[in-house]
Amino acid sequence: MASRRKPLPRRYREEQVVTIDKDSAPRLIWFGEDLLLEELPVGTRVVYPRPPMEGLRNPRAAIRHALTHAEEMDPLHAHLRPGMRVTVAMDDISLPLPPMRTPDVRQQVLEAVLEMLSDYGVDDIHLVVATSLHRRMTESEIRRMVGSRIFESFWPARLYNHDAEEPDGMIELGKTRRGEPVWLQRRAVESDLVIYVNINLVPMDGGHKSVGVGLSNWETLRAHHNPRAILKSDSYMDPSRSEMHHSCDRIGRVVEQHVKVFHIETALNNRMYADSMDFLAKNEDDFTDGDRLKMQAMRFALKKLPRAARREVFMRVPSCYEMVAVHAGKAEPVHAKILESNFRQYAIPLSGQADIVISGIPYISPYNVNSRALNPLLVQVMGLGYFHNMYRHQPVLKKGGVLILAHPCVDDFDPDHHPSYIEMFNRLLTQTRDSEALEKHEEEFAKNPSYVGMYRHGHAYHGAHPFYMWYWGENGRAHVGKVIVVGSENRHVPEILGWERADTLSEAIAMARSHAGRSAEITMLHHPPIFISDVG
Amino acid sequence: MRNLAAFFDVDGTLVQGNVVHTFAFYATNEPTLTRSAAKYLMTLASIPLFVLIDQWSRKGFNEFFYRYYKGMAEDRLRYLAAEMFEEVLRPRIFPGAPGLVQKAKAAGCRTVIVSGALDFILQPLSDHLGADDMVANRLEFVGGYATGRMLRPVVAGASKASIVRDYCAERGLDLAGSYAYADSASDYPLLSVVGRPAAVNPDLRLRGLAREFDWPILDLR
Repeated sequence: MASRRKPLPRRYREEQVVTIDKDSAPRLIWFGEDLLLEELPVGTRVVYPRPPMEGLRNPRAAIRHALTHAEEMDPLHAHLRPGMRVTVAMDDISLPLPPMRTPDVRQQVLEAVLEMLSDYGVDDIHLVVATSLHRRMTESEIRRMVGSRIFESFWPARLYNHDAEEPDGMIELGKTRRGEPVWLQRRAVESDLVIYVNINLVPMDGGHKSVGVGLSNWETLRAHHNPRAILKSDSYMDPSRSEMHHSCDRIGRVVEQHVKVFHIETALNNRMYADSMDFLAKNEDDFTDGDRLKMQAMRFALKKLPRAARREVFMRVPSCYEMVAVHAGKAEPVHAKILESNFRQYAIPLSGQADIVISGIPYISPYNVNSRALNPLLVQVMGLGYFHNMYRHQPVLKKGGVLILAHPCVDDFDPDHHPSYIEMFNRLLTQTRDSEALEKHEEEFAKNPSYVGMYRHGHAYHGAHPFYMWYWGENGRAHVGKVIVVGSENRHVPEILGWERADTLSEAIAMARSHAGRSAEITMLHHPPIFISDVG
Repeated sequence: MRNLAAFFDVDGTLVQGNVVHTFAFYATNEPTLTRSAAKYLMTLASIPLFVLIDQWSRKGFNEFFYRYYKGMAEDRLRYLAAEMFEEVLRPRIFPGAPGLVQKAKAAGCRTVIVSGALDFILQPLSDHLGADDMVANRLEFVGGYATGRMLRPVVAGASKASIVRDYCAERGLDLAGSYAYADSASDYPLLSVVGRPAAVNPDLRLRGLAREFDWPILDLR
């Protein structure tokens, strides 16, 4: 399987791709709420994110400019008239990761939009967090996201979470030409104008997916959140080659026949870490004395703290993302421009695939912000779902190669956020890992009145959500020959997920080489911050 | 398609309050002012005793408490039930309760109210929520007047579990796939007999049990 590549001396082939040699520094690898510091074999290719693009100097002016220079639509003010009904929907806490320092981009956009609505005498306005089947955001999370001024004016009667299970709260608009049912929130359908405020953290987000998923329900989502659509997505971070996105586009076009939607999309740079942690995004060979000091201090502190405290510390450090682009208007042209910005920040050209890919799994995912744990299903979706799919053209890993993940795989679930995950993991995954077989149970979970109740009245993800997490690893599972997890604290979690385990990275690499050959090419993905590999 | 059921406790689960509230309504609606005052004051004075007995045994509490109905006319109790529902129960229904019953029906479950409260009190609530069936306590009436005794079986505590088990067996319902919802640790037997239990607005003991067994915890308030 492996083809021999001559080991390169340590130098930059591109700035973001480094090849390990004898003098290379050990590399930091995320390991849940901790970091490993590991020597990598000579010849290992390490891929780093690009440095953050420069943020917009005057984001408020850029937002106002976007609203008044809409793409293939009249400017926002041209759609407004006194007495009209407007629904402003926005992305939820699943992005950006971790939640950004205030003011959040959504607050900045909302302030500009609401000011314009007020100027034009529009006062029938509802603000809806487009959670889809994600958990409801808490009061304090929403306040932080929209800012106190907006929160005080609208909460709770006119600022609330979407409820996909509200009796009579959803309307079926029709079907796409492929027969996908299109359901949408009643308030949005009955509005004269829907304005969607998006943060496009990854290329998978935004476009028709914003409204068509964010304000929809399980009946619509099952049309594309299924194993077949995921298998046909190559990858789902590349919307042009993603069956899931093609389905979302069809759904979005049906929505547009019934509802006037004005999209506002934003792109961020990748300044994920605050100054105290910015060394985490750097090439370790380039560490300054200050970086090394920060790293040692952090590793010392992490060693002394229990896991819960480490998690709390990480969750409390906001990210420092800055807006790099904002566009408004019709879904497709707006999204195309935002994707360009995304790829300018994220795309890393990479020549050739690898036999072995190493990837650390951090403490956070889109689905466990402020949760008690990154549970085993989420570890799985980070490894075989998100990180595997962060490519264009072809995966970083060769077909049948070995994926090495680093995570303690603790058997811990947040019972308030992820109740249905507990049952799915323990009752179903212990019987089968076959997605088609698992899918037969999806409806039972989706309609389980307890899970529906916890979704509607608590802060639980929808009963069907753990199935999506499993499906989202489907093309990863089909592609990867073997997954080895480094440092799992137990045997049963990797076993249930169908993975092998190793105590150390060197043991994992030895195991991987016995599968892929002694001359196997190894690539380590040094993320987050996220990047997308353009594999040629 | 499996035949499933969802069993709902009432007091504290779907409705705020307990059987004392409904009795207080009847006590204040006695035919004469003096009887009303006497019943009401007697009930008020007995509250500490109710609490003590309830802590000892829910079944014992029911048997003791329903003695207070002794001498009340059956037709009057039934006649006032609709008014009692509007004045006492309806405002106390938790906001999430109707939706929960509705979602259970949508999931294909036979929805059953299982409560230690009295049948004529629960009937309007059951109708309002659209439940398919009701298992409740029944007073004994002789000559049209309540004797203060209850007909067997008494619905409370452990007996709820056996009632639910028998109910499923008689109707060919799949107990292992069925749901139960309750708020109190005294309903632990009811919850543990079904395959899909959930704690609703749970007391501390039940919350602890629910955490222990990974049961869903719902807040319908």
